[in-house]
Amino acid sequence: MNDRHDTVLEVRDLSVDFLTGRGTVRALRHVDLTVPDNRIVGIVGESGCGKSTLINSVLRLLAANAVVTESSSVVFKGRDVLAMSPADLRGIRGQEISMVFQDPMTALNPVISIGTQMTDILYRLDMSMADKRRLATDMLGQVGIPDPAQRLADYPHQFSGGMRQRICIAMALMMNPGLLIADEPTTALDVTLEAQIIHLMKDLCARFGCSMLFVSHNLGLIAELCDEVVVMYAGEVVEQGEVHDLFHRAQHPYTRMLLDCDPARIAEKRRDLPTISGSVPDLIDLPRGCIFAPRCPERYAPCSDSAPSTYDVNAVHQARCFQVRDA
Amino acid sequence: MLFYTIKRFGLAILIVCLAMLMLLSAIHLVPGDPAGIALGPRATPEMRAEFRALMGMDQPFFVQYFRFLGNVVTGDLGVDVWSRRPVSTMIGEQLPHTIALAMAGLGWAIVLGIPMGCYSAVHRNSVLDKLTGVLSVGCIAIPSFIVGLYALLLFAVELKIFPEIGAGDAGDIEDQLVHLVLPGLAVGLGWVGYLARFVRTSMLEVMGENHIRMARAYGLSNRRITYVYALKLAILPTVALLGVGVGSLISGAVFAEIIFARPGIGKMVVDAVNTRNYPIVMGGVLVTTMLFALSTLISDLIAAWLDPRIRQGL
Repeated sequence: MNDRHDTVLEVRDLSVDFLTGRGTVRALRHVDLTVPDNRIVGIVGESGCGKSTLINSVLRLLAANAVVTESSSVVFKGRDVLAMSPADLRGIRGQEISMVFQDPMTALNPVISIGTQMTDILYRLDMSMADKRRLATDMLGQVGIPDPAQRLADYPHQFSGGMRQRICIAMALMMNPGLLIADEPTTALDVTLEAQIIHLMKDLCARFGCSMLFVSHNLGLIAELCDEVVVMYAGEVVEQGEVHDLFHRAQHPYTRMLLDCDPARIAEKRRDLPTISGSVPDLIDLPRGCIFAPRCPERYAPCSDSAPSTYDVNAVHQARCFQVRDA
Repeated sequence: MLFYTIKRFGLAILIVCLAMLMLLSAIHLVPGDPAGIALGPRATPEMRAEFRALMGMDQPFFVQYFRFLGNVVTGDLGVDVWSRRPVSTMIGEQLPHTIALAMAGLGWAIVLGIPMGCYSAVHRNSVLDKLTGVLSVGCIAIPSFIVGLYALLLFAVELKIFPEIGAGDAGDIEDQLVHLVLPGLAVGLGWVGYLARFVRTSMLEVMGENHIRMARAYGLSNRRITYVYALKLAILPTVALLGVGVGSLISGAVFAEIIFARPGIGKMVVDAVNTRNYPIVMGGVLVTTMLFALSTLISDLIAAWLDPRIRQGL
């Protein structure tokens, strides 16, 4: 077991703009993120905060109108993904970094059998079709599909949502990747299935020695599953750190308010659920100061003048808030 | 799949029966006494009554209908009013030419239309995409008889690349195929445009779906994604459209048959309508309806073969 936690993925100063008819949407700004070896990193934030843009940038799956700025780098095991040739990029996709998508009902091709979709991923391996099918069968068995050998010929509509997500997980881990990116893998599933799928992913990642980048807006899930957490707001990382430290000593007002909003953590009975007043800023026309200042109840003089940079709370915890600097 | 095929076949038979009911009603509703038109103004009332009795037109409507259906089952479509030859024989002579022409039109549409649509979808908003867009609309807008006339003038009369008229020597397959090229183009060109637009739209829709993004995320080649993962889905609405389209290809064939002086069901039926030669009208329409029902049947079976969800009745 490697205790040094070498990094698998290192995102540095990643900024992504979308060119739209209304103007340039500054979807991601100066995002830094590190995924250490054999660790699970969670990304949390409300809808539209840039979680999906971030993970799509890692595999360069962004829409055609996206522009990744020059200074950005996404380094996977020492190689910059953003500078790769299309051929090298294909070598990374699904082989070294794989992805489990949000909605298993639409993630699989409806007119191609599971077996073909699975063996297609193995195109790089120099083995016979029979061996590829054996490998696919073995993976289906590992994710808990009964009678895997018989079910290879079946089509996605013959499986339930939970089963389909298990198949997606099997596909994701088939090439034994170094990093698994999970984009809200349980949001579209029943709550009863959520725990099963999460534990399956955690077990398999440990068994395959695979790091995980786990995107969710479910704070409970993040707390249970992840080793480290990244909190995003309106295209910026506002706070990140070791999971226990961050949840117990949240420094950024946004993180604290997000934690207060989690229905699971509300103790007393009340008529209205807590919310964060105001709305997410327009990412075309950014405010001059801190991005969260317009909604922040704790804002003071420096907040509206300039944007805070990231300040250390302690060795394993950083936040982008002037209060941390001034504390 | 077997159950689906049987179910679909039963439906096809029902469609043909209903179409014949509508045709017979239409014939009854058309003004003018068939016997009068067929026999001319100087026919005596006795001659007209005799004619009606011969054609079974003195019977009640539903008796005529079921008698017709009953005869169809035994292969008897009646006789030509003028030559007294069996209609089934006459249709048998013309039918292969019509089917060949429709297939030639379909061939043009598939060979040009589907690749054009795929290219446009993959290279969306490129210069060639815009060009095929304009070309497609042009193809759809130009009536087939104009295409036929100009194709005849240009390629047959001026350039002499293809023969002008007729269906070619019987028994000489190569000669017959060469004679099909221009009429096929006349019939199929509009469909080239339709297919190009249709395939482009459904390809773009499919390319935006999640599973295509997943296929990309798994490093599958662009060619495999476009021509297997996307096209297998995107082609489904096109297959359904073509099933119906063969019907309009057959009706569009009339112009090509007249311009290129080809034998065919379309021309035969048009001539028969003008002379109120009802056995031929009924027989011709019955056969084209059957062709239409058959082509939709085939297209449904192809769709079921491509899509497991249809196959398993979901």
